[in-house]
Amino acid sequence: MNQPRIDTSPKVSDEIRKTTCYMCACRCGINVHMKDGKVAYIEGNRDHPVNKGVLCAKGSAGIMQVNAPSRLRAPLKRVGPRGSGQFEEISWDEALEIATGWLAPIRATNPEKLAFFTGRDQSQSFTSYWAQSFGTPNYAAHGGFCSVNMATAGIYTMGGAFWEFGQPDWEHTKLFLLFGVAEDHDSNPIKMGLGKLKAKGARVIGINPIRTGYNAVADDWIGITPGSDGLFILSLVHVLMKAGKIDLDYLARYTNAPVLVNCDPASAEHGLFLRDGDGKPLVIDRDTGQLAPFDRKGLRPDLGGTLTRDGITHRPVFHLMADRYLAPEYAPEAVAERCGITAARIRAVAGEIARVAFDEAFELPLEWTDFRGETHKTMKGRPVSFHSMRGISAHANGFQTCRALHVLQILLGTVEVPGGFRFKPPYPKPAEAHPKPHVGVNPGQPLNGPHLGFVHGPADLALKDDGSPARIDKAFSWENPMSSHGLMHMVISNAHAGDPYRIDTLFLYMANMSWNSSMNTSGVMKMLTDQDAEGNYVIPRIIYSDAYSSEMVAYADLILPDTTYLERHDCISLLDRPISEADAAADAIRWPVIEPDRDVRGFQSVLCELGARLNLPQFTNADGSQKFADYADYIVNHERRPGVGPLSGWRTPGETGSGKGRGGVNPDQLDEYIANGGFWTRHIPEASGYYKPWNMAYQDWAVETGLYDKPLPYLFQLYVEPLRRFQLAAEGHGERQPPDHLRARIGEQLDPLPIWYDTAPATGDFPVHALTQRPMAMYHSWGSQNAWLRQLHGRNPLYVPSKLMRQHGLSDGDWARVTSPHGAIVVPVMEMAALNENTVWTWNAIGKRKGAWALEPDAPEATRGFLLNHLIHELLPEKGDGQRWANSDPVTGQAAWFDLRVRIEKVAAPSESQPAWPPIASPVGQGPKELKWESGK
Amino acid sequence: MTELPASTTRKMGLVIDLDTCVGCHACVISCKGWNTENYGAPLSDQDPYGADPSGTFLNRVHSYEVQPDQGAAQLIHFPKSCLHCEDAPCVTVCPTGASYKRTEDGIVLVNESDCIGCGLCAWACPYGARELDQAEGVMKKCTLCVDRIYNENLPEEDRVPACVRTCPAGARHFGDFADPESNVSQLTAARGGIDLMPELGTRPVNKYLPPRPKDQLEGQIDILAPLLAPVVEEPTGFLGWLDRTLGRL
Repeated sequence: MNQPRIDTSPKVSDEIRKTTCYMCACRCGINVHMKDGKVAYIEGNRDHPVNKGVLCAKGSAGIMQVNAPSRLRAPLKRVGPRGSGQFEEISWDEALEIATGWLAPIRATNPEKLAFFTGRDQSQSFTSYWAQSFGTPNYAAHGGFCSVNMATAGIYTMGGAFWEFGQPDWEHTKLFLLFGVAEDHDSNPIKMGLGKLKAKGARVIGINPIRTGYNAVADDWIGITPGSDGLFILSLVHVLMKAGKIDLDYLARYTNAPVLVNCDPASAEHGLFLRDGDGKPLVIDRDTGQLAPFDRKGLRPDLGGTLTRDGITHRPVFHLMADRYLAPEYAPEAVAERCGITAARIRAVAGEIARVAFDEAFELPLEWTDFRGETHKTMKGRPVSFHSMRGISAHANGFQTCRALHVLQILLGTVEVPGGFRFKPPYPKPAEAHPKPHVGVNPGQPLNGPHLGFVHGPADLALKDDGSPARIDKAFSWENPMSSHGLMHMVISNAHAGDPYRIDTLFLYMANMSWNSSMNTSGVMKMLTDQDAEGNYVIPRIIYSDAYSSEMVAYADLILPDTTYLERHDCISLLDRPISEADAAADAIRWPVIEPDRDVRGFQSVLCELGARLNLPQFTNADGSQKFADYADYIVNHERRPGVGPLSGWRTPGETGSGKGRGGVNPDQLDEYIANGGFWTRHIPEASGYYKPWNMAYQDWAVETGLYDKPLPYLFQLYVEPLRRFQLAAEGHGERQPPDHLRARIGEQLDPLPIWYDTAPATGDFPVHALTQRPMAMYHSWGSQNAWLRQLHGRNPLYVPSKLMRQHGLSDGDWARVTSPHGAIVVPVMEMAALNENTVWTWNAIGKRKGAWALEPDAPEATRGFLLNHLIHELLPEKGDGQRWANSDPVTGQAAWFDLRVRIEKVAAPSESQPAWPPIASPVGQGPKELKWESGK
Repeated sequence: MTELPASTTRKMGLVIDLDTCVGCHACVISCKGWNTENYGAPLSDQDPYGADPSGTFLNRVHSYEVQPDQGAAQLIHFPKSCLHCEDAPCVTVCPTGASYKRTEDGIVLVNESDCIGCGLCAWACPYGARELDQAEGVMKKCTLCVDRIYNENLPEEDRVPACVRTCPAGARHFGDFADPESNVSQLTAARGGIDLMPELGTRPVNKYLPPRPKDQLEGQIDILAPLLAPVVEEPTGFLGWLDRTLGRL
């Protein structure tokens, strides 16, 4: 038979350029194949610590992002009314002159009049440095509306959380439980990990109201009712504790379970730890029965002992936990109905956890020495691990729920042990080792310290002398004392209301605040365009930087067009949100593998120039000239501390360090990164890889690498004393006092031991929970402009469980009105059986405003797509107490997206999803009618 | 009418693990990217930014809900591309000989220079695994990355189809089914790999590993319940248990 001869060894490309992906926040390594100087094909980098060669759909579709018609082309000045999308192109010089003209007077008189918030920024250590140099207290990124509950609860509890902070020990774990995961967080590593577990037959349990994605492949699916995860977890704690299936040795050695707590309700220190003269928490030594600081050499802390001194009884934390969690209110039978899980199922999950953690415990032959000087011949492992993200954290009880999950892991003794959860450098790092928030504002001067951080009591709150919030987002105020990531979702509504004060300029980067990144989207659009009696905008000036023609562009006065991710320098820094693995510290760069073909500039380079134009001290030389030519110059030459810069790799050995993490500036540093595939790793010695918070070999390695300045061994905080300090204030103790209307709530909800309270009972007029998820193949709103990805997820029906479909007489393709206490939308529905029977959901951020993203006005994203955001308000309805409480977590201020409850009813099909908005003018026109893409042809 | 080879030396193909596929579409887009740049005409997209975007894909992931007799509904992600059948109806139906099955490895290909775009092969394929490119007017299908798997310009470890190289969960495996010792033969044997619609007699080379049974934990409660026996009956006795247990540590 005659077969055609084909070339099975064609040339693949001219060159491979290795950089870091930015199609979501995972930061995988990519090989960019170039043909004739153009991007031809993108694949995963096999050597890269994050993705080890694999790449998701978004990453492979990067080529269509780089060629997207929605890319902004030049700086824009608004010429029509705000929201119209009418702009004229201007030069960079004019753009920067306008920005300088607005910002210089603010800095000279009152820097707090600038609110600078940076969305899904991967350069927060740089943008915050710029904001600090400017002097405004009003800086944060998007953590407040993302997953700050998870991060903050983790850091206060154990010095780290999931994703960037740590990962399961995929090699050894045998039981993996996922709670409410957002599948674009750590997505390739989780998929790779699930694949490993599947290959060796480990069990995966998914706890999620929706059975898609990871939950679809889970061996067991627990279709929990939204908002009740904390109750379910505390029920597991109840059952395990009652059965003695907790690791008492681990609790005694590595946690504050044995620390003594003042139990005298009449004392001003009620609920605080007993401390020695150096402020160290005290425990009882089992060998001597005497008090000792927790870290004394050779100490054996006693979990059971109590002490009465000066008439005051001090009990160990563990006693308080037993009092609380053995109570019948946490029994499976008591929580089953609220959680939507049978008591038998809760017991089965607890039993499996107990079986694997204790019957399958194992030891690795690794000798190590702990911080009390004791050498252990082996490392004990407990092969149970957990992962969770926004699903459990985006509730107003999310902080306590995340705390509960971390406490469960710790009770099992499965954090930082083989088979369990492992931190990634620079974590573990306790809350005390992080900065505190700073709000010291002086005209013409930098801020007095970093904006964001961790508070340890009322004294650390960001309040003005009159007690009012110092920040525009009211972060670190009594309303949400531990808001470590700020509250980006409150900035526009607070600025519009002039509460706590008015601002002049709102400066945003990469945050689609007039669309899918805001609650109350319709209201936000109105706030951005609202005018006062004189016809001036209530928010006077808005500067926005984005690479694409997003919905937010139309609402700004000045647009600074950013580059795409293949046209820029970036650093994925250990000072920021690093890409480390449990066995290695790692950081990475992006570099321009192609040059922009438009008049656009990397936003960080623009800040270098704007900083110099504003004479910011950190961005200006002594002679007044610009200090950093661009972001690349900053990345190489900036030192945050002597020997510690944005990048840890290939530093110059010398006085400030060995060059292995710490060291002097190396002018060839970026070239070294490029030659190494765009990243740097430093491996942790094997015997330092577990028990890291207490393992002195790790602690010394971390100091040498520049992660710490001195060893920082610490105890896991089952009981978080800073929460208790806020409660004490609410009880009337101390000088700084909360407003009276907040006292009861602080007393109830800022409990130092995890609790659960109901924030989302689906009853009465709104009997159905409503959630969103992001598809694995699309990141926020970015994917919809991508010609390949929008063919996968161009539509987002409301998925309705079978029971509700029947109840409301709905069939696939019908339309329903979905009503919340705040508003109504009319949307297409589709039946889904693998779904909690009282929950509806849709894909987030598929819905688009007509005219945005260079899509045609009849694109399905704009005609049938929709956002649930219209149904969610920043404030909750009045509940009879005269207050409209924030729709946020009372501890951290995290946006409580997933507390949404609705009712649905069938309606006649409208011509398009409601509410429908008029088109905005596209500043970039529209895309081509056909793509027949082939590079090098 | 085009003839199939009586046999092929090797039978190259894929094992797709339905127990592990999370439905992320990584394989779909990696395939689109590679095959847009490589074998044959690029995979075009019509109305890419408009009301009804529609492009050519050689691999797609479908998702199906399954309601078992007992227990909760399940969602199965089902990636689908050409199965490189041994008795490939798409080849025998081709009027020009453009569709053929390679004798050396069994890969089914379309010789685009002979393809008249009549679409008979897509009609004959019971799996819907062929798509006519609307810009080029030729039939497109999975080539098993014939321009990767032997490509001496690629490192040896990369000589696998793009979908296999990129799959984050490791749900896709590539190898020679004619070799009983190969990774794909072994996996198929160990996990009970199945043919897709075997009753059609197409004898597909690609195999699917079925999902493992789900939601079994509650059924094991007899084994698990003794692990949860309370250490004491009354909460007040817990501290006594604690003291006794600590004494033994």
